Amino acid sequence: MSAPVIEARRLGLTFHAADGPVHALKDVDLTIGPGEFVSFIGPSGCGKTTFLRCVAALEQPTEGTLSVNGVPPDEARRRRAYGYVFQAAGLYPWRTIAGNVRLPLEIMGFPRAERAERVRRVLELVELQGFASKFPWQLSGGMQQRASIARALAFDAEILLMDEPFGALDEIVRDRLNEELLKLWARTGKTIGFVTHSIPEAVYLSTKIVVMSPRPGRITDVIDSPLPRERPLEIRDSPEFIAIAHRVREGLRAGHGDAV
Amino acid sequence: MRHVLPVLAVVAAIIVAWYGAAAWMNSQWTLDQAAREGRELTIVDIVNDTMVQERPKLPAPHQVGAELWKTVVATRPGSKRSLLWHGWVTLSATAAGFGIGTVAGLLLAVGIVHSRAMDLSVMPWAVASQTIPVLAIAPMVIVVLNSVGVSGLLPKAVIAGWLSFFPVVVGMVKGLRAPEPMQLDQMATWNASRGQLFWKLRLPASMPWLFASLKVAVAAALVGTIVGELPAGATSGLGARLLSGSYYGQTVQIWAALVAAAVLAAGLVALVAATERLVLGRMGMRR
Amino acid sequence: MSWLLAAAVVWAGCTWAALRIARGPLSRRRAGQVAVAALFGATVLVLWEGVVRGLAVSPVILPPPSAIAATFAGALPVLWGDFVQTILKGALSGWAIGCGAAVATAIAIDRSDFLKRGLLPVGSFMAALPIVGVAPILVMWFGFDWQSKAAVVVVMVYFPVLVNAVAGLGQTDRLACDQMATWGASWAQGLWKLRLPAALPFIFNGLKIASTLALIGAIVAEFFGSPTRGMGFRISTEVGRLALDMVWAEIWVAALAGSGFYGALALIERALTFWHPAQRARG
Repeated sequence: MSAPVIEARRLGLTFHAADGPVHALKDVDLTIGPGEFVSFIGPSGCGKTTFLRCVAALEQPTEGTLSVNGVPPDEARRRRAYGYVFQAAGLYPWRTIAGNVRLPLEIMGFPRAERAERVRRVLELVELQGFASKFPWQLSGGMQQRASIARALAFDAEILLMDEPFGALDEIVRDRLNEELLKLWARTGKTIGFVTHSIPEAVYLSTKIVVMSPRPGRITDVIDSPLPRERPLEIRDSPEFIAIAHRVREGLRAGHGDAV
Repeated sequence: MRHVLPVLAVVAAIIVAWYGAAAWMNSQWTLDQAAREGRELTIVDIVNDTMVQERPKLPAPHQVGAELWKTVVATRPGSKRSLLWHGWVTLSATAAGFGIGTVAGLLLAVGIVHSRAMDLSVMPWAVASQTIPVLAIAPMVIVVLNSVGVSGLLPKAVIAGWLSFFPVVVGMVKGLRAPEPMQLDQMATWNASRGQLFWKLRLPASMPWLFASLKVAVAAALVGTIVGELPAGATSGLGARLLSGSYYGQTVQIWAALVAAAVLAAGLVALVAATERLVLGRMGMRR
Repeated sequence: MSWLLAAAVVWAGCTWAALRIARGPLSRRRAGQVAVAALFGATVLVLWEGVVRGLAVSPVILPPPSAIAATFAGALPVLWGDFVQTILKGALSGWAIGCGAAVATAIAIDRSDFLKRGLLPVGSFMAALPIVGVAPILVMWFGFDWQSKAAVVVVMVYFPVLVNAVAGLGQTDRLACDQMATWGASWAQGLWKLRLPAALPFIFNGLKIASTLALIGAIVAEFFGSPTRGMGFRISTEVGRLALDMVWAEIWVAALAGSGFYGALALIERALTFWHPAQRARG
């Protein structure tokens, strides 16, 4: 197996709140290889978002080690190792769709000609080519989220970190975006870390499912999916799919049981 | 409480800067005097002198404090030299005007919300009037009312009322329209009358807007009263103190009147804010 | 008597027309709304003219609009001179300096939470004070000409704009700031590309409040001493001579200048913050 992209060893993060310490993460061991699609699933407070934020160097772990591409997270950020997609699209209303996708490129100092080329390419990738000069508020929620994914892809980071990117969308739009995300992943071969609390979404998308539980935030199960990389939506009715979903549900219930 | 320390620091910095500015701005006069008398001055002499001049360009804070003490505490409250008396003159006109303006504003706002014709004809003018320096009419109102035999408190109250009127109208119209369509529909499903709709939904929902505009209105009323006291002939009120101070170069007196006006403004706004807390608290709307 | 009667007839006619439009389908259209507002304005003018003439009110108490209009047309050079002195020199320059200084201060203290927590309450407090009272002091410091008026305006507009600008810069949500951090943006990049544009609606709110304050400051400061021109000077001397038609003409100039200044700002605001929900709802 090739060198891991994300490697956490006995990772811990403790906040000091007014009523005592809060163990957001405790003893997290995880290795993610290149090209994997890893979902993090668990109830709120289980530390799935916190783990992603640690990888993005938005939080500082208090214990253990974490490396991204073999270097510490903030070094990885300086090397533009990842693109991050938040739960809300977070597009700037005063910039067009193209302007929004161009924003990180401006900040990172890409030359002007290259910016335009990259914007054109990623908008094509998420099938928004006709909407470059529209403003975000003229687009539907699903299209806004696609633009936000395009923005994360624009500077060609190897890793895509997604924090419940489709959480605010309705089921129908969500299904379509999930399908498109898989195609995108197949075409680009990126490593994806994906936070969700939908079991079908996690099983449908992932090559690896990380089940987490709260108080303290920790990993209770890591499931390697036997599903093929090519996944039509109908796969969700197959026995293999249902078996994995069942194992995830069991893992969540077990984690919940000993926490209460 | 997390604001206390930073605010104290900022206030302290302002006072230090004030002393520095006083020393710097008043030193010219000191140096001129010394040069005329052919005396040599050390830095200490200069700084000391800048703090005690009778007509300094910028009085030091303690000079203003001493003047305030002299005119507020050490003078009989009824006397014409008492700043309390001048403050009372200004306060009573402000309060009367604020009362008139608020009541008139409330009535007009209720009319605007209930009549489409009034809304279309009056509202644009009420909004536009907020962009106009209405205060410019103050001297004319005073003089005209004087010429028809109305003087004293009333002309000033008219100006103060005029200034507090428009913020109340505009704020209150917004407030009375604050209920969401869903809440209005809900009332309709209960077959509520217009009166019930007003008393049980529109009026309570408008309270935060009312108090927000009352704070603006009371500050505007005070400014209106003070400017109303400026036209020649006025001998009482904080505005008159400002004007006479400026005629006779009594800078300490101007600053004392200014501080008194500031205290008055802060007190009035605080009073409205306290009422707001009380009313919204009773209604369970306190944020 | 005939003047009163005519005024009453016009009043009744306009009210009837306004009610018709307001209850009809035209009230949903822009043209109908403008028509009703214009009708109301016209009614006020006609009533004013009719009552003043009908009751033979002395012109030293209330001159009729026709007399004011005649004075306005006849005194255009004087009015223009006063406008230049008070609005262009005093108010506009002071407004620009004061607003610029306030926004600069807001950006300067942006990185210090301590300063923000200290300055914001002090700024809000100052914004509620009758600051126009510093006019006599500033007239003593900066002389009778427009410089002292500009100084008064600077002090008056500074605090409201500061409070709005600080509040605006604090508007950006956590998510957008985190997003900036994931791209490794510098503080200046975050300010220029994210926080300043996001603060624009608030800053414009402050600028608009300041535009009215600027005119008030420039006019009232002239009551404490001015050269022999300027709108405040003209108002106070003509009031003394009981030439109220001239005073009203100046007030019309002030009204036109005030709404023009505000309207221009609103247009710029609409062009720059077209994306804001409040602007979109209107468009």
